[in-house]
Formats: sequence, C-alpha cells, structure tokens
Amino acid sequence: MMGSLMLVGKNLTRTKLRTLFTLASVIIAFMLFALLGGISRAFSVGVELAGADRLITLHRVSFIQPLPLSYVQRIRGIEGVIDATHQTWFGAYFQDPRSQFGLFPTELEELRRIYPELEMPVDQWQALLNNQTGLMVGRAMAESYGWSVGDQVPLFSSIYPRQDGSYSWPFVIEGIFTGAGNEADEQQAFMHYDYFNEGRAFGRDSVGWVITQIEDPDRADEVAQAIDRRFANSPTETKTSTEAGFAAGFASQFGNIGLIVQMIMGCVFFTLLLITGNTMAQAVRERTGELAVLKTIGFSDRRVLGLVLAESLTVAIVGGVIGLALGSLAVQGAASVMAQFFPGLAPSVGALGWGLLLAVVLGLVTGALPAWQASRLRVIDALGRQ
Amino acid sequence: MSEAIVDLDQVVKTFRKGREKVEVLHGLDLKIQRGEFCALMGPSGSGKTTLLNLIGGLDQPTSGRISVNGERIEQLSSRQLAGWRARHVGFIFQFYNLMPMLNARRNVELPLLLKKMSGKERRERAMTALEIVGLADRARHLPRELSGGQEQRVAIARAIVSDPDLLLADEPTGDLDRTTADDILDLLNTLNERHGKTILMVTHDPAAAERAGRIVQMDKGALAEAA
Repeated sequence: MMGSLMLVGKNLTRTKLRTLFTLASVIIAFMLFALLGGISRAFSVGVELAGADRLITLHRVSFIQPLPLSYVQRIRGIEGVIDATHQTWFGAYFQDPRSQFGLFPTELEELRRIYPELEMPVDQWQALLNNQTGLMVGRAMAESYGWSVGDQVPLFSSIYPRQDGSYSWPFVIEGIFTGAGNEADEQQAFMHYDYFNEGRAFGRDSVGWVITQIEDPDRADEVAQAIDRRFANSPTETKTSTEAGFAAGFASQFGNIGLIVQMIMGCVFFTLLLITGNTMAQAVRERTGELAVLKTIGFSDRRVLGLVLAESLTVAIVGGVIGLALGSLAVQGAASVMAQFFPGLAPSVGALGWGLLLAVVLGLVTGALPAWQASRLRVIDALGRQ
Repeated sequence: MSEAIVDLDQVVKTFRKGREKVEVLHGLDLKIQRGEFCALMGPSGSGKTTLLNLIGGLDQPTSGRISVNGERIEQLSSRQLAGWRARHVGFIFQFYNLMPMLNARRNVELPLLLKKMSGKERRERAMTALEIVGLADRARHLPRELSGGQEQRVAIARAIVSDPDLLLADEPTGDLDRTTADDILDLLNTLNERHGKTILMVTHDPAAAERAGRIVQMDKGALAEAA
C-alpha cells in the first residue's frame, strides 16, 4: 500500500509545474465554491432563522408601501391568531450613510412576547420600556460599533425626517440582546414605535408590515388567507406569507442567489473537469510505455486502474481541501468587515461538506477515462510502439 | 538438465491485419530445460519476440499448449497471468524501461510492491539484487544519472529481485557498445551458472548468442536448432 502510494506521489511530482498548475486551478475553483457558499448562506440565513409560527403581512403591491396601524388590531381579532405586532424600515445609519442597518420601530413589549429568542436581561428590558428614546441592539451590532448599555448615540434615518426637519434621532442604548441558540439575527436593532410615530414628519400611524403569531403552524396558510380576505377590496390590500416565505421573497429580490451560485459553480467545474481531465489523460498518454512495463512485471489491470485513479483523486482532494480552507478563511475575513451588510455571512458547513464530496467526484470523473484506458492497455501494443 | 521448465507444443499464433489473418508461428514445439541459457536468433519478423511474449504470458497463442514450470499458461485469464508473471518471470528489455522518476533502488523494488512484505524487507532485497549486479553504490541514482550499461544492470536487478524461475531477455545488449554488452553478458552468465537462473535471450548478435549454452534459430515462424 505504502509502496503504491509512493509510486502515486512520484508520478505526481515528476512534472512539478504541470501538477502545480492543475492543483492551482482546483484550489481556485474550490475557494470560489466556499466563498459563494458563504454568500449564498448570507442571503438564506433569514429563511433559516424564521419562526414557523409567525406570519408577515405586507402591502399587496410592494413591501415599501405602508399599512395602516389599525390593521394590527384588526389582525389580532382573526381566529387562530395569538398576537400581532408591526415593524417599519427606518433606514438607519450611524455615521456613514452607505452603512445602513436594520433598525425597526415596533411595539417592544409585543416583540418580546412574539420573539422569545431575543434574550436580554430583565433590568435592561425594564429600562428600555421606561425610556421612549431607548434602543435595543443585537450583540453583534453593538460589538461592531463599540456600543454598550447607557451609551447615547445619534442615529440617522435615510427616510424619515423629524418634525424639525432633522434626520438625526437621538437614542440611548438600554439593552443588548442575544439570539438564543443562534436563532436570531444579532445585526439588527429595535426602537419604540411611539417615539418614531410621534417624532416623524410624515407617514403617521402607518407601519411597514405586520407580524402575526399564530396558534398552529400547520394552519399557517389558512390564517394567512383569512388575514388577506379581511382586507380584500380595501384601499390597502395585503399579502400574507410565513416568515420563512417573506425572508425567501426578500432574498429573491436580489435575484435567485442559489441558482446564480449554482450556475457559476457549474461553469467553473465544467471548465475544471476539462482542464483536469485533459491533464490526466495527457499524463497517462505520456506514460504508456511505463504502464506497460508495470503490467509486464505483474501489475494487474485493476492495480494500474487504481494507480491512475489515485493520482487524479489526490490532486482533486488535496486541491479541494486547500481551496475550501482558503475560501472559508476568506469568508470569515469578509464577515468581520461586512457584518452590517451581510449579517449571515459565514462559512457554510453544508457547502464545505458538498465541496468535499464534489472533490471526490471530480477526482473520480477526471481519472475515470485515463484510468480505464490505462487498465485496458495491451502490453505488447504499448511496448511495440517504443 | 532433465526437467523442461518451458514446454511448447504445437503453438500457433495468428495476427489479424485488416481483413487478413497472418500466421506468425506455425505449430512450434520447443523445450527449454531448467537452468539452461538459451539464445533465440533469427532475422527480423521471424517471430522471436512473439514467441518471447507467449512464453512470458504477455500474449496468448491462437492454438497449442504452453507449459512453464508445469503450469499451462495459455489457460490462464489476463488477471491470473499478471499474478503468474509477478511470481515466475523476470523481463529484461532492450531499452531498459526503467521508471525515470524512481532511483535505482526504487526501480528494483517495483516487482516487490506486488508482494506482502515490509518496506524494510523490500529495501533489503532490492539492495541484495543491486549488489548481485554490482550497482549497490548507485542505489540512490536516478536512471538519467546512469550509463546505458548501468541502466541495464538495474533492469536486470529488477528482473531477478523476486527470484523468478525464468528470465526473458529481449535484445538485452542491442543498445550497448561491445564492451558494455560483454559485461552484461558476463552478468547473465553469472546469473545462469552461479544462481541457476533459466534464461531465454532473443538476440540478433551472433557474439551474444555464442555466450549462451544453446542457440535456437527461428525463421519465418518455425524453429531450427543451431549446431
């Protein structure tokens, strides 16, 4: 076994430059795979974190069209609904207008009931509820901006001016929440709706969307239809979906990220297949005589097939592992810099697993034909050619 | 010399060239005794290499029987033949056919990769074979760092390392100058006389053939014993 591995290693290192170039192309492809896996995860993380028992109700036309505040109360009266609250996109930024983040005016007490995964010490909850300018921020966001409880921070809205015309809204950080069991996005913040509603220059008594907690997740479609029926034929018709459906729909506004990633990777791996396959085939063609000698001294067809396959598998797996590792490091690096834009950006364990599997498949596919040809090689033909 | 290690009985080999069938060997009978050093001579196209391929289990006869060391090799499958070659035959080629990326010792070790033995044992046996051919001091040299004669010695060490019953040499001196060729023939003689190896050597060179104990002439696919 060790002797055969030695033979595989010696064959791979005999043309160092060619092996290095092939390895480099495999590494780059798998690095891209890990990078795109991370990006794809960033777009789908909202779907993963969505609660099964929550519905989102939006304006039927577009999610940027507001809904009347009164809808919240009317939704609470629908059968199958436990509770309802609302949120609005504030368009917040701290100092750099290009770095907007999710700050949502909402009813904080209802938010606490409907989103139990947002965990915060009781004293912080109390302080937050007692202070109209209080702000609760996710731990990751607080860390990235260097905020702590008690800090006074002026935040700007890119959409809503205050009644005095200023876009600057003063806040006091009263609470820092964590996502229990990593089930909540910690790159967001919440403020009192009343502070927002009374302070803004326009759009009073309107909300961005309504979040409804339902009794039975299995009846989600039924309740969603009941909500939309309630507002049918009104000036503000609604469209209700599960939270996961909403997150998926939101992500799809950027395009079908999963499909785009798959198409890019398809092209990359098809090209890689041709490059690596051709390299392997060439490497075997050049060694026809040597393979014939191995067979002459007693190497069976199967053993020769195994040797060639082992070479292609080694290149694919070594390149794949290095590429995936480098890609994961790059995603981690990017995640720390771009946390506010892509809160879910992180190496995707699923993508890494698929990547490893893909590396094995790549090795087998690229080595299959040359290995088969090598195993079928007739000694007398090959040696007669020399 | 009472036991035939190679016994051919009415061996016919036909090749297909396009639509035509060409009979290269016409019902050959040949016996080579254990411990014999036999030279096979004849003009190009007479069927020498084809005969060597058949005896070495690299090809199968169209008809007839080939018995080597008591085993009917024409009845073996391709996989069985590979194993049989590893156990019973050592091959020596005109152009040495060493692996260019392996040093001399590693080249010699190649046939031992097919046997269950430790790396240490493999190295020791390879070094013993290199000592027999007088190249122990070149064990770490790559083929490109060796002369033609030295390369052929390494090839001979590779052929004998698994202690086969039969050595088949196809023009082993065909690519060497006279002096080096004599050295190689001396080595083959030593292997035959001192180590008891049975050798069948294909050659065009009458001087090389003279070194063998027996010369068999081939012409147009038929055998004729030389005087």
